[in-house]
Amino acid sequence: MARMNMIQALNSAIHTLMGSDPSVVVMGEDVGYFGGVFRVTEGLQKRFGDSRVFDTPIAEGGIVAAAIGMAVNGLRPIAEIQFADYVYPAYDQIVSELARIRYRSGGEFTAPVVVRMPCGGGIRGGQTHSQSPEALFAHVCGVKVVMPSNPYDAKGLLIASVEENDPVIFLEPKRLYNGPFDGDPHKPAVTWNTHPKGEVPDGAYRVPLGKAEVVREGSAVTVVAYGTLVHVALAAVTQMGIDAEVIDLRSIMPLDTATIVESVKKTGRCVVAHEATRFAGLGAELSATIQEECFWHLQAPIQRVTGWDTPYPLAFEWEYFPGQKRMMTALKKVLDPDPEVSS
Amino acid sequence: MNNKPQLHVPHPPARPGDKPDFSYVALSPAGAVPRPSPGAKARDIESLAVELVRVLDDGHQARGAWKPDLSPEQLRHGLRIMVLTRIYDDRMLKAQRQGRISFYMKSTGEEAVAVAAGMALEPTDMLFPSYRQQGLYLLREVGTVDMMCQLLSNTHDMCKGRQLPVMYHSAAKRLFSISGNLATQVPQAVGWAMGSSIKGESSLAATWTGEGSSAEADVHYAMVFASSYRAPAIINIVNNQWAISTFQGIAGGESPSFAARALGFGMPGIRVDGNDFLAVYAVTRWAAERARMGLGATVIELVTYRAAAHSTSDDPSRYRPKDEEASWPLGDPIERLKQHLIALGEWSDEKHQALMTECDEHVSKAWEEACSYGTLNDGPRPDPLTMFDDVYHELPEHLRRQRDQLAKEKA
Repeated sequence: MARMNMIQALNSAIHTLMGSDPSVVVMGEDVGYFGGVFRVTEGLQKRFGDSRVFDTPIAEGGIVAAAIGMAVNGLRPIAEIQFADYVYPAYDQIVSELARIRYRSGGEFTAPVVVRMPCGGGIRGGQTHSQSPEALFAHVCGVKVVMPSNPYDAKGLLIASVEENDPVIFLEPKRLYNGPFDGDPHKPAVTWNTHPKGEVPDGAYRVPLGKAEVVREGSAVTVVAYGTLVHVALAAVTQMGIDAEVIDLRSIMPLDTATIVESVKKTGRCVVAHEATRFAGLGAELSATIQEECFWHLQAPIQRVTGWDTPYPLAFEWEYFPGQKRMMTALKKVLDPDPEVSS
Repeated sequence: MNNKPQLHVPHPPARPGDKPDFSYVALSPAGAVPRPSPGAKARDIESLAVELVRVLDDGHQARGAWKPDLSPEQLRHGLRIMVLTRIYDDRMLKAQRQGRISFYMKSTGEEAVAVAAGMALEPTDMLFPSYRQQGLYLLREVGTVDMMCQLLSNTHDMCKGRQLPVMYHSAAKRLFSISGNLATQVPQAVGWAMGSSIKGESSLAATWTGEGSSAEADVHYAMVFASSYRAPAIINIVNNQWAISTFQGIAGGESPSFAARALGFGMPGIRVDGNDFLAVYAVTRWAAERARMGLGATVIELVTYRAAAHSTSDDPSRYRPKDEEASWPLGDPIERLKQHLIALGEWSDEKHQALMTECDEHVSKAWEEACSYGTLNDGPRPDPLTMFDDVYHELPEHLRRQRDQLAKEKA
């Protein structure tokens, strides 16, 4: 066991994977000598050589396409997109190619590529360094989509993702890289040093895809969240002193519907939360699924806590970010759905 | 005078009703272009990108340094596969017209682009074709019946009823799955080739795309990656003059050639007579040798002519002169190889006729067998419940539920 932040945990995962499987290669912008702009690939080129860890041209479509070709040739590429905001040139290669190669070839060809990308805001990144595009990938059949909320899960999920036989879009909330950020930018930064999920085993272990975690048990209301919003939810329910159950999805696709349904049937109330924009976001899918499965158990309309349907504005990022206040407003609404009170 | 710059929109020299005009196609005499060593520096051989490598002359003789070392038997094999390809195409077009298959794309006039290049490569080399290189599948003996079953989406369809006709694949024969999205396979081929280098293997990747789709960013990505990592790859740009109704000048712009696109990346570009079987074979051999020497990729522009419609959904008489093909200066690849073999005393009209009859019978017999496994219209089709397979390695819960729902709808 060691104390790690999320960057170190991801780095440890890649070291572990590359040490045990010679087919694992790492590619992306600045990932080689420099070790990545967020340092996730630090030391890998020195340890494993430049034919397994190498810098790529600034061409996200080329990075994913080349990774597909390498995977078809038997390798297990981990491709880094420097910011999730830069992934769109690769969207055709992900949607039309990576996701469908197994399907269209009747299972004869496969491309087990992991595409890592830091996502999310709260780092003064403005509209091109803050986005959370997970819904754009969750909508695409053939790829799996993962977003860890802590160092322990980050390592275990990355190892499991690289060992998957399906392609995985691996989103890393960059505001969580150095600490469990609870949505309050005015408090001093907290590190992973004292957090239980900052304890990370040295060797290989797996956090399975498709398994959510109940991070806080409760009976009054269920909060379904992932990434940064897990910590926002925990802080909000603690501050409100309510007996809430908080679920960290960890995998967005496949979705652990059973865990969500079991919880909502118990609590009868639900808030779904993500940092991404609201319209046609993952919250819509979650709300629809929950009402289909739990309608007769629900005692209040499901609430969504999300970013606004605007680009992520630099100067107003804390007005944009779905922080504790927005979370508490939604919680109050589901706990007391009387329209006279909550309007 | 209006001195303001105006948008320049290129137009082809001839549209329906006009006299065909191919004066824009720069030609070099057969045997005129020198053959450099495959180890030559890219910048020393830049002229290859604008000249036209040709071996067969108008008298059907092989000329010059590019003349490949091919036995009459190998030439006859190439001829056989090209003839088979053409007859297969003709028969499948008929099947589409009869309503037996929904869609088809012929490669008529471009058979050498696939067959000669394919013959110049090793069976272990991985091929990433576009939708108009069916000659590669026939060359690698994927099986005419298997290919037809794909067109029919029947119970033996390799794509399990999921793909448009002609989007074949064969992992066993190292032919990658064809995408309907253009040019995506080009940077994938380069990635495959990089993988070959990473693994320390000598297999290379070859890929084909049209001159029209060479405008996609994917081709630019492919060239950057191929250049930076010296990927053992061959990037073929099949310039068949027409991208549906769009002539080659729309993608080509002011470039001296499509092969010349390679020069800015420090890679060799070779412009070759795509209807000259010997020339296509020779330049592919050269590029393969260079790649296996560790010197990286070559871009080959194959100058040819799309003699048929783009697809069965297309009517070329609406955008190009009806008789344009007759004026194409580089002739027909099958006729030219046939005449060369006859000039060598290794072939005859009678033998050619017999070959055509044999291919025709083979295709008819195969069609009969393929149809016995079902047709899209009359069935049997694959089980519709298999549509949920292969989306993922294992069936996830939400797909299991959807499959169950469909099963109930079908009950």
